[in-house]
Amino acid sequence: MKHSEKTGLYVHIPFCLRKCAYCDFLSFPADADTHKNYVNALCKQIDATDDPRPVASVYIGGGTPSVIGPEWIDKILCKLKDRFDISGDAEITIEVNPGTVGPEHFKIYREAGINRLSIGLQSANEDELKLLGRIHTYADFLKTFHGARDAGFDNISVDLMTALPGQDASELMHSLSCVCDLYPEHVSAYSLILEEGTPFYERYADPGTDADILPDEETERQLYYLTRDYLADRGYVHYEISNFAKPGYESRHNSSYWTGQDYLGFGLGAASLNRGVRYRMTRDLAVYLADPDHREEITVLSERDAMSECMFLGLRMMRGVSERDFYDMFGTELTDIYGEEIDRLIAQGLLDKADGKLFLTEKGTDFGNYVFSRFV
Amino acid sequence: MDRSKIRNFCIIAHIDHGKSTLADRIIESTGLLTSREMQAQVLDNMDLERERGITIKSQAVRTVYKAKDGEEYIFNLIDTPGHVDFNYEVSRSLAACDGAILVVDAAQGIEAQTLANVYLALDHDLDVFPVINKIDLPSAEPDRVANEIEDVIGIEAQDAPRISAKVGIGIEEVLEAIVEKIPAPKGDPDAPLKALIFDSIYDSYKGVIVFCRLMDGRVSRGTPIKMMATGAVCEVVEVGTFGAGQFIPCDELSAGMVGYLTASIKNVRDTAVGDTVTNAENPCKEALPGYKKVQSMVFCGVYPADGAKYPDLRDALEKLQLNDASLNYEPETSVALGFGFRCGFLGLLHLEVVQERLEREYNLDLVTTAPSVVYKVHKTDGTVIDLTNPTNLPDPSEIEYMEEPVVSAEIMVTKDFVGPIMELCQERRGRYISMEYMEETRALLKYELPLNEIIYDFFDALKSRSRGYASFDYDMKGYEKSDLVKLDILINHEEVDALSFIVHAASAYERGRKMCEKLKEEIPRHLFEIPIQAAIGSKIIARETVKAVRKDVLAKCYGGDITRKKKLLEKQKEGKKRMRQIGNVEIPQKAFMSVLKLDET
Repeated sequence: MKHSEKTGLYVHIPFCLRKCAYCDFLSFPADADTHKNYVNALCKQIDATDDPRPVASVYIGGGTPSVIGPEWIDKILCKLKDRFDISGDAEITIEVNPGTVGPEHFKIYREAGINRLSIGLQSANEDELKLLGRIHTYADFLKTFHGARDAGFDNISVDLMTALPGQDASELMHSLSCVCDLYPEHVSAYSLILEEGTPFYERYADPGTDADILPDEETERQLYYLTRDYLADRGYVHYEISNFAKPGYESRHNSSYWTGQDYLGFGLGAASLNRGVRYRMTRDLAVYLADPDHREEITVLSERDAMSECMFLGLRMMRGVSERDFYDMFGTELTDIYGEEIDRLIAQGLLDKADGKLFLTEKGTDFGNYVFSRFV
Repeated sequence: MDRSKIRNFCIIAHIDHGKSTLADRIIESTGLLTSREMQAQVLDNMDLERERGITIKSQAVRTVYKAKDGEEYIFNLIDTPGHVDFNYEVSRSLAACDGAILVVDAAQGIEAQTLANVYLALDHDLDVFPVINKIDLPSAEPDRVANEIEDVIGIEAQDAPRISAKVGIGIEEVLEAIVEKIPAPKGDPDAPLKALIFDSIYDSYKGVIVFCRLMDGRVSRGTPIKMMATGAVCEVVEVGTFGAGQFIPCDELSAGMVGYLTASIKNVRDTAVGDTVTNAENPCKEALPGYKKVQSMVFCGVYPADGAKYPDLRDALEKLQLNDASLNYEPETSVALGFGFRCGFLGLLHLEVVQERLEREYNLDLVTTAPSVVYKVHKTDGTVIDLTNPTNLPDPSEIEYMEEPVVSAEIMVTKDFVGPIMELCQERRGRYISMEYMEETRALLKYELPLNEIIYDFFDALKSRSRGYASFDYDMKGYEKSDLVKLDILINHEEVDALSFIVHAASAYERGRKMCEKLKEEIPRHLFEIPIQAAIGSKIIARETVKAVRKDVLAKCYGGDITRKKKLLEKQKEGKKRMRQIGNVEIPQKAFMSVLKLDET
């Protein structure tokens, strides 16, 4: 089994102003001192890491990375550049939320080398924003978006959520058209997932709650198809189950997760795939501050594990899994390993094969988990 | 051995009236074991028995009691199972005794099994003396119960020991009563050997260990013996008596004694309960009366959940059968379930016990099909077949008529619930025979009921409709002609053989409908719509549809999620493994048992 020749770097900023009602990410509000201590710990972890491979992408995610002072972001990037061979054309992304960024942020981000922004909008409808527990209005988003353009960001992604409680096609259509009218380079559109432990879960997950105002499966699919078709009409390529981009603007960092490239995670709870080993940093802030290289859930992938990941992650990409890439990676034919499953899934109309690539059909996209589970 | 100092007895009682507790107290008080060695229920040494609070296999224990007259007496306490499934074993245990202690709950009084067991004991000419237990309960009415015993059973009860086995009141009185009221065994030690087998177990070192009561003669190491019914001949290797939870070898067993013998016997089938052991060279003239070949009453298919475990299941059944001669099995094949066994049981409880032992002691994951009784199918060509598997029902055009087994049932119930219980019996196609009031508030109902109506959930229904106040006992009566049909279940248009069952024509429609409803709940949604149909022959009588699933996809999967999402997918796949693939449809194992739960009340 071959390991990646390049890596990606992920930096986790676990802070936000306030937790959204649907969010189960590792994020929480914290004071400025904590921000400072955290960045120092991050820098220690970066210092302790040694990897000579060229870095193709950097992604600063959260939480809301823009809630900490932009100078901290600059400090982190400087540290990364010190320790790693970051390619000149590397994709460097930061996630920001409307209401937490202004011109000063953008200026510092640009100077630090950040060349891509991912803005969390979720909806262009005020009532939906409120329902989600977002801290911003649509107007806040517009200000953020235009500010970013003015600062020179020419690669912007906007996040949307679909299948929200009570949402119908016209409301989703409104959000989609608002977003497309701004011509962002990239759109992520996620169907709402009710995660345990969130207020949304309490409110909607069980019968007897407000579960009946959630779109049913049929409506959810209709909203998904609507999103896909609308974005296609507006020139966006559907390249992953929930991701769309103008040609050439697919997220390189995120694509690396789906193509089995190595990535190194920095910060609280950040996950890594490093030469066939998966692990993540501690999720306990106190532990992390004391020991910024505290790894947990260390799993050495067998070749079979790696093959299975290659399939269930690779099939998330609409272009699918290439038989040749599989062979180059593992020295074995894809069909020798999964031939029987593949034939069955093709017969069920869930997979298709063309030009040496195996990919989800339209129906297969609806039943992704079923398909993926056949490879684990 | 002085026979006048031996007391061979058993304890009979309705379930939960305190039989096992009293047995514990007797063993404890006779000093063979220290209190420290006592477990809660010494006689019930199988885990399963302790958990369910029932006694499955009869066993015996020998203790020594120093009575008030200064003499030492040997008590052989023979434990009997309390459940109707094991009626035959009960009768053989009784036959090994000379007397019985009847335990009656001071609060509940006489119940159906009390009566059934007393009559059985009297049939065996046992001297029965009553003991009124649980007098420590606030609701205890020992005087009323004493009167009831006299009125209903007709045995003297005014001086019955009034005890609480649980807290240890009156135990001494019981021990003295055993000495006084249970007769010493009769029999001639110099006559040819005649011993009754009342139980046998398999031990991997000694082979079969035969539990027996010597009526006449003697037996010791080297005695050539013969089982009169099965014809097996062998030479005795060891004889002995029963300590609590252990075997104590001795030199000789003679008339009147209860003990065990081993003879390198490999198969418990050679030592059938009820058979007579005699001396092969000097046999007795005739065997003891009452031997019956054990017959399975209830059958069901037992399949390994994982087809590859078929050999393991076979081994496990073989081993279980070494200890349980009433378990029958033969290989069968199901289109839906693959290779498995059709197993015969004494009753539903026996079935459940075997199933649990297979799962627990042999670590097997099983799929069992709906239990079936044995139907007699009279074919047009004049032949009769015993049908134990609905799938084997001949084509209707070849069937002249069918017969089903019927039982005589006795139900004892308090006045207030007579109505609901009669209604239940009517619903279950019962034929009313009689009703007598035992006393002002309690009635004894007699019904004849088809066995297939009571094997599923009759006990549960009885309990719930009488709020626990009804008790029930039954005896096989025989076969009766009946209008029966085979109900087939089709899933996604494919007949699932393992779900077929035989049902009375009048309730076929209702059962088919409920079965479809139940399966609709059990079968998970698939990528396509699944029709579930019930059919008699080619006629569809009920239908339900499992709607197709519309989506099953994770919206997000980034670097930090991969491990967690992979676990989710693994779980999803694992769930599928525990399903049975029928055509394109995956059916969970418990769906095959759903027919059992059709009449939940």
